[in-house]
Amino acid sequence: MAAGKEIRSKIKSVENTRKITRAMEMVAAAKMRKAQDRMRHARPYAEKIGRVAAHFSQAHPEYRHPFVVSRETIKRVGVILVTTDKGLCGGLNTNALRLSLGKLKDWDERKIEVDVCAIGNKGLGFMQRLGVNIASQVTGLGDTPHMERLIGPVQVMLDAYKEGRIDALYLVYSRFISTMKQEPAFKQLLPLSSEDATEKAEHHWDYIYEPEARSVVDSLMVRYVEALIYQAVAENLASEQSARMVAMKAASDNAKSVIDELKLVYNKTRQAAITQEISEIVAGAAAV
Amino acid sequence: MAMTLHVDIVSAEAAIYSGLAEFVVIPAEMGEVGIYPRHTPLLTRIKAGSVRIKAPDKAEEDLIYVSGGILEVQPGVVTILSDTAIRGHDLDEARAVEAKSKAEEVMRNRTSAMDYAQAQAELAEAVAQLAAIQKLRKIKH
Repeated sequence: MAAGKEIRSKIKSVENTRKITRAMEMVAAAKMRKAQDRMRHARPYAEKIGRVAAHFSQAHPEYRHPFVVSRETIKRVGVILVTTDKGLCGGLNTNALRLSLGKLKDWDERKIEVDVCAIGNKGLGFMQRLGVNIASQVTGLGDTPHMERLIGPVQVMLDAYKEGRIDALYLVYSRFISTMKQEPAFKQLLPLSSEDATEKAEHHWDYIYEPEARSVVDSLMVRYVEALIYQAVAENLASEQSARMVAMKAASDNAKSVIDELKLVYNKTRQAAITQEISEIVAGAAAV
Repeated sequence: MAMTLHVDIVSAEAAIYSGLAEFVVIPAEMGEVGIYPRHTPLLTRIKAGSVRIKAPDKAEEDLIYVSGGILEVQPGVVTILSDTAIRGHDLDEARAVEAKSKAEEVMRNRTSAMDYAQAQAELAEAVAQLAAIQKLRKIKH
C-alpha cells in the first residue's frame, strides 16, 4: 500500500491548499464590497469638481490655466500607472501592464521619452525592470487608500507638467465594470481634454473670485486632477478585490476537481490491492 | 415657507452632507461668508473650520467641520469641495520630495536595464499561462 499512502498525503496537501484559497476568496469577497462602496463614495466629489471646472472654463475665457492648454510638440510624457500591491488576482495587472507596454513602445518609436509615476508595487517592479525612468512612486496604500498618500507623487508629475518637463500626462488603471469584468483603461489627464470640462450651454456670467482668479483656479485644477486619480485608485482597488475573488474561486474549484480525481485513483489502487490479496489467499487455499 | 438653497459637502473619500438650508456660514479664506439663497456665483478657497448650516425644519444649526477646500456658490446651490488631507504649499512640496526620493532610491537599486522584447516575452508568457488555465477549465466542465 505504498502508493496508497503517497496518494493520501497528496490529497491532504491539495486539501490544505484549497482551504487557503477558500479563505482568500472569502476575504476578497468581504473586501470587495467595501472597496466598491468606497469607489461609489468617491464619485460625487469627482462629479461636482468636474462640474465646477466645466462652469469655470465657460465663465472665464480670458485666463486659461496651463492644464487646459495643449502643446504642439510632445517630447516627453508622464504616465501614472495604477496597479495593485499584491498578486494572486488573475490577469488584472498583466493586462494593465500590457496596455502600458504597448503605449511605451509606441512612444519609443516616435522618440518620445517617458516618466512614470508608479502607484502600487506591481507596476513599480515592472517599470523598474523595464528600465523606464520612475519620477515618483507610492506603494502600500492598503485597503483604504487615502488622498494624503497620493498628493506627493501626483504633485511631482503636475510640477513636471507646469515646468514643461513633460508635455502630457496619462493615467493607466484597471477600470471596474462588474465583479466578473475589469478592463485596463488608458486615459489622458493633462492637458484636460475639452470634452471632459466643457458643457454645450453658453454662460454669460462669471464667478466672484476670492482672493483672485488665478490662485483659486490653480488649487481647483490641482484638486480636479487629484480627484480623477483618486477615483482611478479606488476603482483599481475594487477591480483588484473582484479579480482576486474570482481567481481564488477558480483555484478552489480546481483544487476540488483535483481532489476528486485523486480520490478515484486512491480507491482504485486500494481495491486492486484487496483483490490481489484475496486472489492470493484463494490460490494458496487451492494449492493445499 | 422661507427660500432655501441646496448644500452639498463632498470630499474625495465620502459624501459628507447634502440637504436644503435657509442659509450657510462658511469659513472662507478671506473671512467668514454667509450665503443666502440667490447669492451671486462665487468661487473661493476655504480654511479649516466649521460650516454652519441652518436647515429649514430644524431650530438649531448643523455644524460640520471641514479641513479646508474649495467653495462654489451658484444662485441655488452651494458646493463645498472639502479636502481630506491637511494642505499647504510647503506640506505638498514635502510630500512631493518624499515621493521623488523614494523613486530615486528605487532607480538606484535597480538591476541591469531590460529591453522591451524581454518584458514583452515575460508578459506574453503570463498571458499564455492564463489562457491555458482558462482552456483547461473549459475542458473539464
